[in-house]
Amino acid sequence: MNIIVCAKQVVDVAEIKVDSSTKKPILVGVPQKISDMDKNALEEAIKVKEKHGGKITILTVGAPDAKERMKELLAMGADEGVLIPPPEHADYHVIAHLLAGAMKKIGSYDIIFCGEASIDMFSGQMGPRIAGLLNIPQITYAQQVTVEQNKVVAERNLGEKAVIIESPFPVLITVTKEINQPRLPSLMAILASSSKPIHEWPATDVTTEALVPKLQTMDIKGIPMQRKNIIYQNDLDQSVGKLVDELAKVGVLR
Amino acid sequence: MFDDLIPTPMKLELNEQQKMIRNMVREFAEKEVAPLAAELDKKGEYPTKTLEKMAKLGLLGIIIPQQYGGAGLDTISYVTVVEEISRKCASTGVITSVHNSLAAWPIMKYGSEEQKKKYLPILAKGEKIGAFAGTEPNAGSDLGAMKTTAVLKGHHYIINGDKTFITSGPKAGIIIVFAVTDKNAGTKGLSAFIIENTFKGYKVGSIFDKLGINASQTSELLFENMEVPQENLLGKEGDGFKIALSTLDGGRIGIAAQAVGIAQAALDESIAYSKQREQFGKPIAKFQAIQWMIADMATRIEAARFLVYNAAYIKDKGERFSKEAAMAKLFASETAMEAVIKAVQIHGGYGYTKEYTVERLFRDAKITEIYEGTSEVQRMVISANLLG
Ligand SMILES: Cc1cc2nc3c(=O)[nH]c(=O)nc-3n(C[C@H](O)[C@H](O)[C@H](O)COP(=O)(O)OP(=O)(O)OC[C@H]3O[C@@H](n4cnc5c(N)ncnc54)[C@H](O)[C@@H]3O)c2cc1C
Ligand SMILES: Cc1cc2nc3c(=O)[nH]c(=O)nc-3n(C[C@H](O)[C@H](O)[C@H](O)COP(=O)(O)OP(=O)(O)OC[C@H]3O[C@@H](n4cnc5c(N)ncnc54)[C@H](O)[C@@H]3O)c2cc1C
Repeated sequence: MNIIVCAKQVVDVAEIKVDSSTKKPILVGVPQKISDMDKNALEEAIKVKEKHGGKITILTVGAPDAKERMKELLAMGADEGVLIPPPEHADYHVIAHLLAGAMKKIGSYDIIFCGEASIDMFSGQMGPRIAGLLNIPQITYAQQVTVEQNKVVAERNLGEKAVIIESPFPVLITVTKEINQPRLPSLMAILASSSKPIHEWPATDVTTEALVPKLQTMDIKGIPMQRKNIIYQNDLDQSVGKLVDELAKVGVLR
Repeated sequence: MFDDLIPTPMKLELNEQQKMIRNMVREFAEKEVAPLAAELDKKGEYPTKTLEKMAKLGLLGIIIPQQYGGAGLDTISYVTVVEEISRKCASTGVITSVHNSLAAWPIMKYGSEEQKKKYLPILAKGEKIGAFAGTEPNAGSDLGAMKTTAVLKGHHYIINGDKTFITSGPKAGIIIVFAVTDKNAGTKGLSAFIIENTFKGYKVGSIFDKLGINASQTSELLFENMEVPQENLLGKEGDGFKIALSTLDGGRIGIAAQAVGIAQAALDESIAYSKQREQFGKPIAKFQAIQWMIADMATRIEAARFLVYNAAYIKDKGERFSKEAAMAKLFASETAMEAVIKAVQIHGGYGYTKEYTVERLFRDAKITEIYEGTSEVQRMVISANLLG
């Protein structure tokens, strides 16, 4: 079983502060990490490998400093990593082409695991775009995956309901965070990860297309959260009534 | 042309692997240790489940060589582990420290090949928890005054005596015990033994009701005609005092790391609380009185951490580190104490209640100034190193 896991290094969004005057997010000094659901994707890949054998390759489009974080994934149980530094201007279109190009270069794959979305931009586009470019089936929002002899059976989390579908190989699967609990690497696994390779492939090695972004980011701004700070005191029954009225007025209750 | 004159920069940061280890343990501590800490403290319950999980991650064999089933890591990696665990639970932190540096290390350093093969893998896998039994009712700072005796009869030493204040006492399976083999030879008459809790004549005495680190059960160990196979003598007869002192030198680095962890937790809690607590119409973090407390805490913690790393670094180089370990332990433990006092102050009345973590930190910090050599003993060690 050849498994590819797409993993992105992101800023730890919980640590982002917003500059109160410019409303811009302050990104300097914010720690980086591997996007949460990408770790779920790897965990699922490791489980498949433990049962069926095979090899897990991590694909990351990112700056060279992402290598340090990729090592964590090797320690968790991936076999090797490929880092592709992106061109200066890169959007979903460009990055999907780089990832799909790298997969074509790898050549043989049975399952590609992605997170359902990354915690920084949360577009949820990458998995579907890659599946489209590779022209293979995709299963999105998987909250449970079972790998059988000739097919994958997965349960898709669609909020209100779950849908069970199956697909032959090769298949791209995006996973939700409910699917599993990513493991922590043991000390021995951390030590062993130092001998696992991380290759760096220039963008020109994975695609010959001229990659022109289709999306232009104009600005990124923090959303100011304004609280009303209404305090109901005195009579409890009256206060509850007033609170319910207010909630109905602002449309929280219908 | 001056290129080759640029010196190699001195590194004051963890290497990549040490950072990975710290990050892993930090995540483990947040997910698995923190949620249990208050409850275990309240009940005085030993963190058995946590230790099983730690064993799986290799955290009970951090410094044990790989050939004996450990991770064979350096002291710096080890102290980052103890710091991160202690940051969430000081009890689990001291159990980890005692297990690695007071039980496994003396076997690594002074054990015979048979002893290493027999005991280190068990400790590394966490199948048994390690302990260190030096202290007696009348021999604390003055370890040389111990009265427990060991007499060789045939192929067994017969050990009689009472040990007290033994961390993990009720749970430990492998215990390094010190006893007098020659009462006319002073400190040169002490010997060290590797004891199993299953040996005939081994008994756990009462468990102490303590101020803090309640989840690390501390008890008496009572030996009545305990039969110890001759091959369980650690080192040679008469080596006991030397083994105890050198083991404690290393142990102190672990306790210093525990103290840094407690102090860091006090700072973490204080920053979070002071930003959110409002008085006089603004967060108390806006008051300079609070800001200065935070600044002082953070500064001392950073200094303490560097002293800990320094002692660990010198130990890893294989040089004498007795003074540096004592300095690290002295400074870090006093830093922890200062930090928790400030942290409770910043929390006002709430910090005085069990609802808030700082109340536990306040109780836990004090022990770091007492065990593995009181602050006075550390000052004796440091000055003796300087004055001869
Ligand atoms: C929770 C806990 C866990 C422990 N775990 C262990 C363990 O696992 N194994 C173990 O062997 N021991 C353990 N101990 C024992 C600990 O190491 C001793 O308590 C410590 O060494 C102090 O000894 P003491 O309590 O007898 O105090 P004392 O030695 O009686 O000291 C009392 C006071 O006198 C001071 N003092 C003593 N001598 C001098 C001097 N010459 N100059 C100036 N001041 C001096 C001390 O600094 C202290 O302030 C533990 C203790 C506690 C409380
Ligand atoms: C055991 C106990 C018994 C008590 N008994 C009583 C009682 O019988 N009756 C009663 O009325 N109250 C009682 N209290 C409440 C006690 O008086 C308050 O806890 C105390 O006044 C501090 O208020 P606080 O806890 O809200 O802390 P806060 O006011 O929130 O203070 C938090 C921190 O901010 C600092 N701070 C606040 N404002 C400033 C400022 N402007 N500049 C610099 N620093 C500032 C404080 O000094 C403190 O360090 C009791 C509290 C306890 C814990």
